[in-house]
Amino acid sequence: MSTTTDFSHLPGRLIVVEGIDGSGKSTQLDLLHKWLRSEGYVTVFTEWNSSPIVRDTTKRGKRKQLLTPMSFSLVHAADFASRTHEQILPALQAGVIVLADRYVYTAFARDAARGVNRNWVRDLYSFAPPPNLALYFHVSLDESIRRIAAARAEIKFYEAGMDLSLSDDLQESFRLFQGRILEEYDTLCEEYDITRIDASQPLVSQQVRVRELVEPLLEGMPRREISNVPAHIQTGFASLAAGGGR
Amino acid sequence: MTAVRFYGEPPPGIDQEWLPGRLIVIEGTDGVGRSTIISILKDYLEANGWGVVDSGLRRSPLVGPGIDQAKEGHTLDPITLNLFYATDFWDRFERIMLPALQAGMVVLADRYIFSLMARAIVRGAPREWLEQIYGFALIPDQVVYLDIDAEDLVLRVLERGFDFWESGGDYLHDRSIYDGFMQHQREQLREMSDMAQRYGWDVVDARGTIEQVFEDVRRAVMPTVEAMPRV
Repeated sequence: MSTTTDFSHLPGRLIVVEGIDGSGKSTQLDLLHKWLRSEGYVTVFTEWNSSPIVRDTTKRGKRKQLLTPMSFSLVHAADFASRTHEQILPALQAGVIVLADRYVYTAFARDAARGVNRNWVRDLYSFAPPPNLALYFHVSLDESIRRIAAARAEIKFYEAGMDLSLSDDLQESFRLFQGRILEEYDTLCEEYDITRIDASQPLVSQQVRVRELVEPLLEGMPRREISNVPAHIQTGFASLAAGGGR
Repeated sequence: MTAVRFYGEPPPGIDQEWLPGRLIVIEGTDGVGRSTIISILKDYLEANGWGVVDSGLRRSPLVGPGIDQAKEGHTLDPITLNLFYATDFWDRFERIMLPALQAGMVVLADRYIFSLMARAIVRGAPREWLEQIYGFALIPDQVVYLDIDAEDLVLRVLERGFDFWESGGDYLHDRSIYDGFMQHQREQLREMSDMAQRYGWDVVDARGTIEQVFEDVRRAVMPTVEAMPRV
């Protein structure tokens, strides 16, 4: 929890995925998660903005449009801190695999795109353990917009960066804001040890690449005994054991 | 006029170099009498023609309800709790304090970043990290510190009852509530008086009667307020 804490002794493995909305990162992480479970690995899944303690505050802020760049940044850091304390660190101490859908880089990219000082945001998150593997799913702006449009009806206010008054038009603001975030991610990939994955490739070949990258990290990770039952039943058990997934 | 200066990296969205208002912070530990003094001071300044706005912790529309809820049901770790308070502070700064300073009012802040830092430090959060985060805070025109020791403080708190968090109940598990209160407050007071020295605050002895303390505070802040236009 401190800026000087040494995380290198933690026996677990932390694997994180990053990318803008519509990059397919959550799908890839989900496939990885199911595969690891079917192989008997104990996994803990955590996603951005999901702390039971903080989430309601963030929701209220978004619904009532109370958030500005700084309060947006701080409330997301509070959410992340709570998950670090309750989910991520205990799992890493217990020596299991943590899968995180979005990590500190999401804050670095979004907050910088909102004009928050980059060094300040990095300091803010200095309590976060560094991941063993960070994957960035790179997708073009046009492709991400096409995928989001296909998947759901509307773009949300903060997702479009409407709080920044870049444009009165939601679509146009989304394009400008997400464009800034893509640029930030490019910089982050140079600054940190983040592996880029071309998210325009077929889903299966991306997953093959993901598993190749993950496999070397699995050595020594505890595994559950997998009973000798047909695969479709096993999968059912695995999802029961994990509380039925997300 | 107040020069717009921050302790660290300037936050986004504040373009002015000068603000016509005055930011006066009243700092002091739990139960020392800050809110009583602030409400008397506010009435006094308003009666003398100045426009006054006050703001205390946990009152932001964004975070206030969330913190209360979280403190009820969960044991919060110091980092999360601190970031909750930091969000609350920023929200109130942007929504209440800054507009009032822009409008040329006197802002009386019931605590500032210093209490938040002291609370987190005694719970083990790193000082350097806290100073970096709270670098976003505007440097006030004046900080008045209501000084007291734990022995005098506890006599006041006894009458209204002990609070779990003010007694360090979240991190001093094996103490009685009295011992917890004394230890937590002693450490917090040590942090605060270190800060009073380091930042050069005006220190007022808070052990006297309300009338005495108010008179000392009034005398301390008048030079800051008097140069401002009034009705």
